Amino acid sequence: MVELTVREALRDAMAEEMRSDADVFLMGEEVAEYQGAYKVSQGLLEEFGARRVIDTPITEAGFAGIGIGAAMAGLKPIVEFMTFNFAMQAIDQIVNSAAKTNYMSGGLVNVPIVFRGPNGAASRVAAQHSQCYAAWYAHVPGLKVVAPFSAADAKGLLKAAIRDPNPVIFLENEILYGQSFDVPDSADHIVPIGSANVVRPGSDVTITTFSIMVGKALEAAEALAGEGIDAEIIDLRSIRPLDTETIITSVEKTNRLITVEEGWPTAGIGAEISATVTERAFDFLDAPVLRVGGSDVPLPYAANLETLALPQAETIADAARKLCR
Amino acid sequence: MAGAKKKSKTTKSGVKQGGKAAVSRETLETYYREMLMIRRFEEKAGQMYGMGLIGGFCHLYIGQEAVVTGLQHALEPGDSVITGYRCHAHMLAAGADPRAVMAELTGRADGVSKGKGGSMHMFTPEGGFYGGHGIVGAQAPLGAGFGFANKYRANDRVSVTYFGDGAANQGQVFEAFNMAALWKLPVIFVIENNHYAMGTSVTRSTAIQELCQRGEAFGIPGQQVDGMDVLAVQAASEKAVAQCRADEGPVLLEMMTYRYRGHSMSDPAKYRTREEVSKVRQERDPIEHVRDMLVAAGHADDDSLREVDKAVKAEVNDAAEFAQNNQAPDAAELFTDIMAEA
Ligand SMILES: Cc1ncc(C[n+]2csc(CCOP(=O)(O)OP(=O)(O)O)c2C)c(N)n1
Ligand SMILES: [Mg+2]
Repeated sequence: MVELTVREALRDAMAEEMRSDADVFLMGEEVAEYQGAYKVSQGLLEEFGARRVIDTPITEAGFAGIGIGAAMAGLKPIVEFMTFNFAMQAIDQIVNSAAKTNYMSGGLVNVPIVFRGPNGAASRVAAQHSQCYAAWYAHVPGLKVVAPFSAADAKGLLKAAIRDPNPVIFLENEILYGQSFDVPDSADHIVPIGSANVVRPGSDVTITTFSIMVGKALEAAEALAGEGIDAEIIDLRSIRPLDTETIITSVEKTNRLITVEEGWPTAGIGAEISATVTERAFDFLDAPVLRVGGSDVPLPYAANLETLALPQAETIADAARKLCR
Repeated sequence: MAGAKKKSKTTKSGVKQGGKAAVSRETLETYYREMLMIRRFEEKAGQMYGMGLIGGFCHLYIGQEAVVTGLQHALEPGDSVITGYRCHAHMLAAGADPRAVMAELTGRADGVSKGKGGSMHMFTPEGGFYGGHGIVGAQAPLGAGFGFANKYRANDRVSVTYFGDGAANQGQVFEAFNMAALWKLPVIFVIENNHYAMGTSVTRSTAIQELCQRGEAFGIPGQQVDGMDVLAVQAASEKAVAQCRADEGPVLLEMMTYRYRGHSMSDPAKYRTREEVSKVRQERDPIEHVRDMLVAAGHADDDSLREVDKAVKAEVNDAAEFAQNNQAPDAAELFTDIMAEA
């Protein structure tokens, strides 16, 4: 094991895959000379040169489309969005061109591309820069969607995403970039897309979550443990495909479920999990499924309102208390 | 550059052009005070950011003061203005209360957006200013939409639509150009060319460097203007406004300017040299330029200018004081303003 920040783990994943596959390249705004707006691509220009680490103009629809075309032609682009908020400029290309082509062509043309970048709220960057897109992309057949929490998963999942023959939406988190975790010290460290991880076993309530909210859920579990509530935390890691087996196995044990996400709850990931569990494990539930999500408002700038709008460890703990009472 | 054919419609006015003779003392004094106000306001915002009183992204306008100041003076009530996230100066130019602007930066209850928008999202419809938008390039069609509304109402008003050199590459900018030209909308597209989009210089992002030519494919006349010279800006703007009011369709102005500070507060600005920045500051500073004119014409001396500076500082300090002491928004505000009341 080596200790790496999420930022370093992502960089290493890209560098390793670029070393082993000449068709892999990185493209996006400020990825080369600036070393990435959040320094995720630090050192890549130096190692791989301007042919493979490419600064683009601010033209998301255009370069996403160019990436998708290049992927159809057999290359394996990693397209960085400075943040996923700006991928909305390109979402037509992602959904209509990347996600659907394999199907529309009867399997003749596939699109091996990774779209990656920070997703969700950062710190006080307000409504247009703070949105979680997990549910948006999870909606679309033809896409895979992953959202790691730890550096080990960030690295293993990114490598899996780059090797995947399909378009993968890779949702990072700006606040997590600087956090350190133990990472297996091996170029073979791959985390298969589609498998969740029970990061804390427990017997009283299942909490499903992903990305930065895993940390908040773990914090909540600590507080709850002191009150005699033993929470099981599932880091989904992969949003599409969703590892429903792991979730259901857990619910069969705990008989209670809370879903946690930073994004809006309406038609969100929690709504999807709640429906799935209701369909497949209804008889195991001792209580209604609770959804914890961001407040149903555009994210405000003011510090106090922002804190109120985003799920905190305390919000999650409160939901568990309510459910386990 | 290479291969670009210039049509007669696109003109480049050289540096210092437009700074013609008969400018009144009053006009110069007004420009001096207004530009100084923007600069001191932004300096204060930068300080307060450093003190942790302002959070998130904060993009300062320092260096570009002549653009918004000169343009605003060509406008009349009922004209509208829209821009991106670098918008504090546009707010002040549109007549917003500096206290309310600063309180928005600190995210307090009496901020212009009640603390909900922050640095990038401010509006003063009263002053004809409609934001304050965070998605690069998105304001271009919005501004064209204001032009559309004017044309629809046949009201003679113009829409000033600002965006950056980086934003000029976004596809929707070209879509807006085409429709604005097709429908002869009264829109002045203003590219604030400060030479950089974050760390990317225009030379690294743009196939044809002359952004004033960007409208030619759509028949939109373009002009390159010395954006460090408020009089040149005003002259070009007045001409553009007159064309729009005369129903001649959209106009494109490329304002050659420069931002002295980093892109936002977190930018170490390693993509350019200190010398490059200090050269512009020394040789082309828009405020110094007006100051020199005032002194040369005998309208002002060190003492009188110091008085102006003092008054401006007092106003900025008052705004800062207010913004620090104003209370945070009430928690209930989290759920207000999501929908307009019917
Ligand atoms: C669609 C979109 N892509 C990327 C960004 C991130 N971003 C914010 S400002 C900026 C640079 C814009 O430069 P320019 O248009 O020249 O304006 P300036 O900042 O120089 O005023 C970038 C890339 C964004 N806000 N929106
Ligand atoms: Mg710029």
